Amino acid sequence: MLYFSRFKTALILGACVLGVLLSLPNLIGPVAGGLPWRTIRLGLDLRGGSYLLMEVDMGAVIKERLEGLADGARRALERAAIRPYTLAIQAADHRLLVKPGNPAQQEPALAALRTLQTTEGQGLGARPDLDITATPDGIAVGLSAAALIERANQAVQQSIEIVRRRIDETGVVDPIITRQGQDRIVVQLPGIEDPDRIKQLLGKTARMTFQLVDANADPSAPVPPPGVEFLPLADKPGQKIAVRKRVEVDGANLTDARAGQNPQTGEWVVNFTFDSLGTRRFADVTRANTGHPFAIVLDNKVISAPVIREPITGGRGQISGSFTAASATDLAVLLRAGALPAPLTVVEERSVGPELGADAIRAGAISLGVGFVFVIVFMGAFYGLFGWIANLALVFNLFLMLAILSLLQATLTLPGMAGILLTLGMAVDANILINERIREEVKNGRTPLNAMETGFRRAYATIVDSNMTAFLAHVMLFIFGSGPVRGFAVTITVGIVTTLFTATMVARLLMVRWYAATRPAALPV
Amino acid sequence: MFMRPRLRFVPDGTRIRFMRGRFLGIAVSAVLSTLSVILFFYPGLNLGIDFAGGIVMEVRTQGPADLARVREGLAQQGLRAAGVQRFGAADDVLIRLEAQPTAQATQAVVNRVRAGLDQVQPGSRVLRTDAVGPSVSAELYRNGMLALGISLLMILVYIWFRFEWQFAVGAVATLLLDITKTVGFLAVTRFEFDLVMVAAILTVLGYSTNDKVVVYDRVRENLRKFKSMPLRDLIDLSINETLNRTLGTSATVFLAALPLALFGGTTLSGFAWVMLFGIVVGTSSSIFIAAPILLFLGEHRLRREAQAPARPKPAKAAP
Repeated sequence: MLYFSRFKTALILGACVLGVLLSLPNLIGPVAGGLPWRTIRLGLDLRGGSYLLMEVDMGAVIKERLEGLADGARRALERAAIRPYTLAIQAADHRLLVKPGNPAQQEPALAALRTLQTTEGQGLGARPDLDITATPDGIAVGLSAAALIERANQAVQQSIEIVRRRIDETGVVDPIITRQGQDRIVVQLPGIEDPDRIKQLLGKTARMTFQLVDANADPSAPVPPPGVEFLPLADKPGQKIAVRKRVEVDGANLTDARAGQNPQTGEWVVNFTFDSLGTRRFADVTRANTGHPFAIVLDNKVISAPVIREPITGGRGQISGSFTAASATDLAVLLRAGALPAPLTVVEERSVGPELGADAIRAGAISLGVGFVFVIVFMGAFYGLFGWIANLALVFNLFLMLAILSLLQATLTLPGMAGILLTLGMAVDANILINERIREEVKNGRTPLNAMETGFRRAYATIVDSNMTAFLAHVMLFIFGSGPVRGFAVTITVGIVTTLFTATMVARLLMVRWYAATRPAALPV
Repeated sequence: MFMRPRLRFVPDGTRIRFMRGRFLGIAVSAVLSTLSVILFFYPGLNLGIDFAGGIVMEVRTQGPADLARVREGLAQQGLRAAGVQRFGAADDVLIRLEAQPTAQATQAVVNRVRAGLDQVQPGSRVLRTDAVGPSVSAELYRNGMLALGISLLMILVYIWFRFEWQFAVGAVATLLLDITKTVGFLAVTRFEFDLVMVAAILTVLGYSTNDKVVVYDRVRENLRKFKSMPLRDLIDLSINETLNRTLGTSATVFLAALPLALFGGTTLSGFAWVMLFGIVVGTSSSIFIAAPILLFLGEHRLRREAQAPARPKPAKAAP
C-alpha cells in the first residue's frame, strides 16, 4: 500500500493537473481559442429561462390516419362496384368497420380492402400495416400495433422538427429540443422568462388549406350536405361558412411566407409563394373557378374567403384578414415552418427570471464557500497534518469534479450545487476512516510505517462498501428523477468517483511522500 | 500547530455499554416512527407542486405589493388563489393555485393570472412560473417513490452480498425507521414535499447506510478477531472503536449542509434542514437501532458461524 511506482505517481499527479486544467475554463472563461474546451452548462434554474414539456396528441394522429384510411376504403369499394355499404370509424379501437349491404359482396369487399394494405419496414421485419379481418359486425380494418408505433414515432419526430423551425424563427439563442418518452417533447429556452409567445406559436397546428366555398349550401342548416363542412370565420365569431371538404391546395406546398403591408390600404397581410406543384394546382383551381369565392382555412377556421377575380398562375398570393403586425408575423412564421402533425399541449412549464437565477447562484456560492471553510477547519483541528493533506486532496477533488462535469457537459442545477457541497462533507469521510485506522494501529503498538500500511489496507474495504451504497442510491435517482434533481444525482455520483480517487490515491501518495521525506519516529495522529 | 490534531470527540479506549440502552433506543425509535406514520396520514405531507400539480408564480410588483388587490385581480379573472402571500421582500408575491383537471386548463389559468396582474398591479413581472399538469405530477410522484423503493432494495441486496443476511435486514429495517422519521419531520415542519425532498431523503439514505456499513464492517472484523467474545460485548466494542469516525463524519457532513440551511435560499434550505435532521437520525440509529437489531438477529447464528472453521467468510476485496 505504501509503494508507488514512478509511473503510478506520474499518473496520479497527471490526473490532478489535467483536472485543474480542464476545470479552468469554468472559472476564468475560455482559455485558448482553438482547443475544444468544454464547460459545465448552467441549468435553467440558475441562468433563467423556460422549460416546457409538451405532449403530442396521439389521439389526433390516429384519428387523422383513420380518416385517410376511410377515404381510401371508399374509393376502393367504389372501384369494386360494391354498394350499398356502411362504413364507421371506431377511433378507440383504432379501426374502421365496413359492412356491405349485400352479404354476397363480402368476399369482393374483402379483396378490395386488401388492396389498401402496404408493408411497414423491410426484409424479415416487414409487417403489413393493416389487420383486415371479417367479424360478425362486418369487415374490420385495423391499424396494426407496429403501424401505430411507427406512426407515433413519425409524428413525434416531425413535431420536433417543426417545433425547432418555429423556435428558430423567433431568434431564441441555444434552444434545446429533445424527445422524452413515447409522446413528449422537452423544449428548453435559455434566457426566456416569459414563454407566452413561444407557447402561442407552438400551440397552433397551423395546417393551412385552400378549399372552395360552396355558395349553394346554407350554413344555418342543421347538417351540412355530403362533401361540405361548415367552418367558423376567424374574425367573425359565431358566423359559419359552407366550404367543400376537398382540399384543393395544401399549406405544405408553400415555399415562403412573409408579413407585409398592403401599399394601398396599409392593412397587414401575409404574402406567400407556392412550390411548383402548388403553383400548378393553384393555377388550375383558380382558372376553373374564376368568379367564385374560395376559402383559406387555418386550423379549421376560415381566415378569409376572397372571390377569385382572375386565374393566379404566378404561384404567389396574399392572405388578408384583419391582421395586426404581430399576428401577421406569427402567421408567416407558422406557414414557413410548416404544420404540426398533431396538436401539442404544454403539460409542464417552469420558467425562471434571470435575477432569481442570479440570486440562486449567489446563495449557492456563499453556502459552498462557508461549508468548504467549515470542513477544512474541522479537518485541520481534528486530524492535524493528515487533516491538511486531506484538505489538499479535497481541493483536487473539487477540481476533478468540475473537470468531469465539464467533460460530460453536464448541466449544473441548484440542487446540483447542493450535491457538490454534500460531496465536500462526505469526501473527507474516507480520510477520516484512514486516519482513525492508522491511529488505532499506532495504539496497538505498530511502527509508523506498519501502522500506515495496515491503516490504508483495512480502511480501503470499508471505504468502497460505504460509498458503493450511496452510489447505487443516486444512480436510481438519476434514472427516475427529472429536471434539476437529475443534476443533483449527477454531481453526487461524479463526486463519489472522484472522492474514491483523491482519498485513496492522492491523499495516500502525499502521506507516503511526507513519510519518506521526514522519516518521523511517531506519526502525528 | 498544523502537525498534531488539536481536538477529538471522545478519548481513546472508551468502553461505553451501548447495548444496555438497546431496548430504550428501539422503543424511542418505534414511538417516533409510529407518530411519524400517523402524521403522514393526518395531517399528511405538504405536497409540493411536483407531486400535487398546480401552479406557483412568483411575482415582483412595482412598489410594495398590495396583496388584497392581487387577490381581487385574480378574482376578476374568475380565479380563487389557494394562496397569495408575501415572499421575502415587500415587492415579492407568491401566488399558488390548485391543480387543474387538465393540462390545457392549467395553461389557461397561467395566462389568466398574468392578465389579472396586469390589471391590478401594472408593471409587475412574473419572476418564476411553475405549472404542472395532472398527468405529469402523478408520473413524477410514481417515479420518486420508485427511486426510493428500488434504492432500498439495492442497498439490501448489496449489503446481503457483502455481509451476512442479518446485516442486510438490520440495515434496511433501520433505514425504514430513518425514512419514516424523516417523513414525520417533513409533516411537522410543513416543508414542501417535492422531487428535491426525494433527493434529500435518498441522500439521507445513502449517508445513513454509509454509517451502518462502517459499524458493521468493524463488527465483522471483530467477529473474526475475537472468537469467544459474546456478541453483545463485541458490538459494544465495535461501536466504541468507530465512535470517533462516526462523530467525525457526521460533523463534516453536518458542517457542509449547515450553510445551505442558513443561506441556501428557499429551494435548498428545506432540503438542507432535512439533511441535517437525517444526519442526526442516521448517526444515532447506527448505534441505537442497527446494532441492537444485529444483536437480536445474530445472537446465536453469527457467533456460531464465526466459530465454525468450515465456513470461512469471503475475503475482503484487496485494493
